[in-house]
Amino acid sequence: MRQGWQMPERIGCDITLCGARLVALGSGALFWPDRRLLCVSDLHLGKSERMARRGGTILPPYETRDTLDRLATDLERTGARMVVCLGDSFDDPGAAAALREDERLWIARLQAGRRWVWIEGNHDPGPVRLGGEHLAELAAPPLVFRHIAQSSAKGEVSGHYHPKAAVRTRARTVSRPAFLADLGRIVMPAYGTYTGGLRSDDRALDRLMGPEAVAVLTGPVPCRVPMPRFRHPGQDGGATD
Amino acid sequence: MTALPEIIADWFHGRGWQPHPHQLAMLARAQDAATLLIAPTGGGKTMAGFLPTLAELAATPHDVLHTLYVSPLKALAADIKRNLTGPVAEMGLPIRIEDRTGDTSSTQKRRQRADPPHILLTTPESLALLISYEDAPRIFAGLKRIVVDEIHALAESKRGDQLLLALARLQTLCPGLRRVGLSATVEDPAAIAHLLARHPDPCAILHADPGPPPDIAMLETAEKPPWAGGGAAYAIPAVLEQVKRHTTTLIFHNTRAQAEIFFHNLWLANDESLPIGIHHGSLDRQQRLRVEAAMVRNELRAIVCTGTLDLGIDWGDVDLIIQIGAPKNVKRLVQRIGRANHRYNAPSKALLVPANRFEVVECIAALEAVREGALDGDPRGPGPRDVLCQHILITACAGPFDADALYAEVVTAGPYTGLTRAEFDACLDFCATGGYALAAYDRWRRLLHRPDGLWQLRDPRAATTIRMNIGTIQDTDTLQVRLRRNRGNKPLGEIEEGFAATLSPGDTFLIGGQIVKFEGLREMTVEVSRDARRKPRIATFMGTKFATSTQLSDRILAMFAQASWPQLPAHTAEWLALQREVSRLPRRGRLLVESFPFDGRAHTGFYGFAGRNAQQTLGLLLTKRMEELDLHPLGFVATDYATLVWGLDPVTNPAPLLAADILREGLETWLAGNAVMKRTFKAAATIAGLIERNRPGGRKNGRQATFSSDILYDTLLKYDPAHLLMQITREEALRGLVDFGRIEEMLARVGGRIDHVVLDRVTPLAAPMLLEMGRVPVSGAAEERLLAEEAERMLDAAGLADA
Repeated sequence: MRQGWQMPERIGCDITLCGARLVALGSGALFWPDRRLLCVSDLHLGKSERMARRGGTILPPYETRDTLDRLATDLERTGARMVVCLGDSFDDPGAAAALREDERLWIARLQAGRRWVWIEGNHDPGPVRLGGEHLAELAAPPLVFRHIAQSSAKGEVSGHYHPKAAVRTRARTVSRPAFLADLGRIVMPAYGTYTGGLRSDDRALDRLMGPEAVAVLTGPVPCRVPMPRFRHPGQDGGATD
Repeated sequence: MTALPEIIADWFHGRGWQPHPHQLAMLARAQDAATLLIAPTGGGKTMAGFLPTLAELAATPHDVLHTLYVSPLKALAADIKRNLTGPVAEMGLPIRIEDRTGDTSSTQKRRQRADPPHILLTTPESLALLISYEDAPRIFAGLKRIVVDEIHALAESKRGDQLLLALARLQTLCPGLRRVGLSATVEDPAAIAHLLARHPDPCAILHADPGPPPDIAMLETAEKPPWAGGGAAYAIPAVLEQVKRHTTTLIFHNTRAQAEIFFHNLWLANDESLPIGIHHGSLDRQQRLRVEAAMVRNELRAIVCTGTLDLGIDWGDVDLIIQIGAPKNVKRLVQRIGRANHRYNAPSKALLVPANRFEVVECIAALEAVREGALDGDPRGPGPRDVLCQHILITACAGPFDADALYAEVVTAGPYTGLTRAEFDACLDFCATGGYALAAYDRWRRLLHRPDGLWQLRDPRAATTIRMNIGTIQDTDTLQVRLRRNRGNKPLGEIEEGFAATLSPGDTFLIGGQIVKFEGLREMTVEVSRDARRKPRIATFMGTKFATSTQLSDRILAMFAQASWPQLPAHTAEWLALQREVSRLPRRGRLLVESFPFDGRAHTGFYGFAGRNAQQTLGLLLTKRMEELDLHPLGFVATDYATLVWGLDPVTNPAPLLAADILREGLETWLAGNAVMKRTFKAAATIAGLIERNRPGGRKNGRQATFSSDILYDTLLKYDPAHLLMQITREEALRGLVDFGRIEEMLARVGGRIDHVVLDRVTPLAAPMLLEMGRVPVSGAAEERLLAEEAERMLDAAGLADA
């Protein structure tokens, strides 16, 4: 697959996983230059529709276009030929069905000329009526893409936890969505506009990640630090979604 | 005119009392649609408010609800119940008096709805909840009178706006309803009367005898006030001495954090183990109730407290008020002083304790103003629309409604008399559809417009959630603090989520007067253990911060212009002289700007004397401009007299930062990204019902399921900047937090005359600001630089530098 293709500029922070050279972008997307593959996780498209449908408040209905807008920018700047949406792409199957026509067309335009894989998530367990392949997981040796991390996996890229990391600088604590990476896996931050985060020092993430794990904070300049960890034993972690 | 019934006259007589003239005047006006009574604490104000009710009920038995009493505090409702039940029992009147607040049991609440008492004592939030019930017309049938206590306090907040909308609703349900407002001394009684009365009903204003002038002075201490700080620890021995000499002393603080520090220090110095308590709004309810009960039994010699004890609860025999820290506002000071000595016609005794040298000047200026009876105050703008949105949802909970009728009702409420139909319709549309420019989810509207023209909830089950989110009090997101170890661990109180996020295991902080060590976060609870050894950090609490009034600021500047200061203690006069020697003193017609390095960062202070809110805005505008000029600002803090900005690079020429047109342009654009706007948005969105703080079924979701309200703000700013909530946010910011008018006023006064003094160290006048709470961080290029620095350091330390 090597085609001598070059990244247009340095746009992220390099992460090597089982020999695959990957780039964590400040937007929260992960790019694999050798395969020209762009991976995004937990888009949660249609969240406001689901909230309204379930009798909650009527949130500003702009999260789908905002998320797609950022995705379009990342596709443009990386020149990706393949897209992997790592699960929870839709807030639920109903939200996928209720997408506005213009947003559905937008997705179709983004898909044109690209291989597009929807990985199943816990929010969107079945196929949705949109173009692209629908897979439980995708093996792309040496990597495997799935929604929820499995213990003792190798070369695994997953999402689900919406990790974020907090760094105490000399002036203040900065907390941002973050990639978590150790020798065996990468856990992706949530890409969707209406998503929150789970701190990396939560028990669940601490258990998952190896001792050498790093966190790459998203933002204008992605920033790599040792993963902030859970400190005191004997407590439960936060709930997962 | 209603005469004093014999049974009540006999009761007064039997105690050797005479009704006060203003009590009889209230009785004489019992048939008026609205009456406002201005009276000092201890002037029999409550009896004046209830006398017409007692007279009516004594003359004509009534078998349903007769009088509703609303006060800003739950505790006040409970207190009034105690104080009213006694006389009513002694008069032998068959009157049932009950309170209904957030603390009332659900069994009791259900019973009250089925069988209301004659007099119901409640709060604005509990009243809003009552009118949201479908059976509200039955509950309130027969209601004759409503008494709004401490209306001067309610008039300053959205709680008052909500109450007055509820009154408009009640007035429709009970057309003959008569309103009474009870108020402490205020600068503009007519404005309060306008709020109270149903528009356009007239409202008479009665004044009780204000009593003798207060005995008020600054506390003399052997120790000098420090150059900086807000703790007033230097005054502890002198304050303890005063506590020993009096029966019960209330020690007021401006913020909860200051109260915590002071209490901690007071306790360390309390070698006679005098019984002293602490009381503020972030403490656990059980702890507060214990302190209140001990006060009523006169078991406490002193209570360290904040505004939660500002209002007229009769707490035992208070004979001294001590105010720690400058009072900021003369009116509030006068009202606090009124807390001492509830015996009418005895002067209230109060002592002011400046926390630092600057506050000495402020205290002296305030004392002069009190002696001259010069109260200050700023009129509030029109009724906020986020409160109206909540009111519309509350109305929908009670049943289908007609929009025309609701609009007609709303504009009878004092704060909303100027509301246009278009503004009302925009609020209705927001409640129904979200009111977005992008029309979405027609099927999932919140309110449906029925074929018969009425509006109703699409899903009646939504009423439960709406009721759970009633209210306008904006606590910041707080987390409960509990002592760890034994199961069923003891709650201590609450701290702000933002503060909790900065804690690492092992950090210590002060809460409820004790030092605790942060152990960890367990779901939504901060777990701590006791730790007496370490020097604590100070928990931050949400607290209202009042800006020093224009009047006080002017008095201070006038004082600075003096050649010497005979009215000030020597130490403060010397300090001002030192400031004059090292740098300069601010003057009314010029702007002093000081630049100096401190703690590895470049600091610049702008002494605008425009009040805390305007100085805060100035900080936002200046840091935005500095970001554009690559000065890498990191943050700022605003006090009432100055803004201190710090960053990675020094300011060499302040004039371009202060050009009026650039500041004005900044005001147009700065709205975009800053934390104050997002905080304001969050409050408005929560009140208007876009963000639900509480959902049926209990606790908050796992953290990654929820997302920050900042995201909603950013999204609206980008895709729908003209949305109703964005309009409300801008309005609020202009009104309260931004106060750009005072910046303009300052710029006009200064007229370009800027004195920039560059120094190599902190000046006497700048020092206190370095310790101020409420620092506002600025997100910008500096944050990326700091993050990169720290990442490098951490990677180095972890041996990962070139991994």
